[in-house]
Amino acid sequence: MQNDTGRDITAEKLHSDPLSWVEKYADYLYGFAMSRLRDEEVAKDLVQDTFLAGLQQAERFKGNSNEKTWLTAILKNKIADFYRKRSSGGLKELKEKDAVQEQQDFFDADTGHWNEKYRPQAFGLEVDNPLLVKELGAILNECLSKLPGLWLSVFSMKHLDDLASELICAELKLTSANFWVIMHRTKLNLRACLQKNWN
Amino acid sequence: MKSALKNIIYNCKQATFLIEKKLAGKITAAETLQLHIHLAGCSVCKIYQQQSILINQVFVGFNNEDFKLDEAFKKTMKENIEKEINKN
Repeated sequence: MQNDTGRDITAEKLHSDPLSWVEKYADYLYGFAMSRLRDEEVAKDLVQDTFLAGLQQAERFKGNSNEKTWLTAILKNKIADFYRKRSSGGLKELKEKDAVQEQQDFFDADTGHWNEKYRPQAFGLEVDNPLLVKELGAILNECLSKLPGLWLSVFSMKHLDDLASELICAELKLTSANFWVIMHRTKLNLRACLQKNWN
Repeated sequence: MKSALKNIIYNCKQATFLIEKKLAGKITAAETLQLHIHLAGCSVCKIYQQQSILINQVFVGFNNEDFKLDEAFKKTMKENIEKEINKN
């Protein structure tokens, strides 16, 4: 309990104590950002941005929601902005063109059969072995960080945020057909990347 | 129907597309049948399907707590916050 006379000015003005944020929430927010971005540098930047944005909004924070929830909401917006930035403009077209190129290599253009080089082979992995699954997870993170931003955002909005496809399409300005093509390409790329690095 | 079936029976590209659509949304009854027939005869796409499910599981099972910020970066952030507060 805080003693009224001992309250400093900051705490009186704000319903929040920004000086304790890093200690209390930095790791949590970083983990949250990493789950969505799988990129340490970007995740760090967004956590920092979140705290600074939080400071600017702190006066409006009435303490009627949990501080952690409030900061997480700010971070979510930052992540969404990042996705939007990465998925807009010429960059997107360029990446999608590359992707078409790449996908043609997975399958024979005429028959749709797997090309020899990319044909799935068993990982030889016992899924009930937590150590192996963890190792696979580390490789998967590396594979994820190599994906175009748009693909990763589509993939994580679908699987982590569990959003309906229609909502993701609206958010990222995609057609439904594009959405499914991206989901397909993302998985083909991730699977191939795992197979290449798993051994 | 006949040509649709023929298209899918030998087409792994289309089959893997349907696998993804099925995992993350839903597919029609006709597509379900097509996929079923394809998978019955294609062990490679069966492996693909298992691995695709595994990738989803590992992706979702990401443990946020495995990732911690280094102390130096935390210190910098804290200093930045202090600087910002003292500006006002």
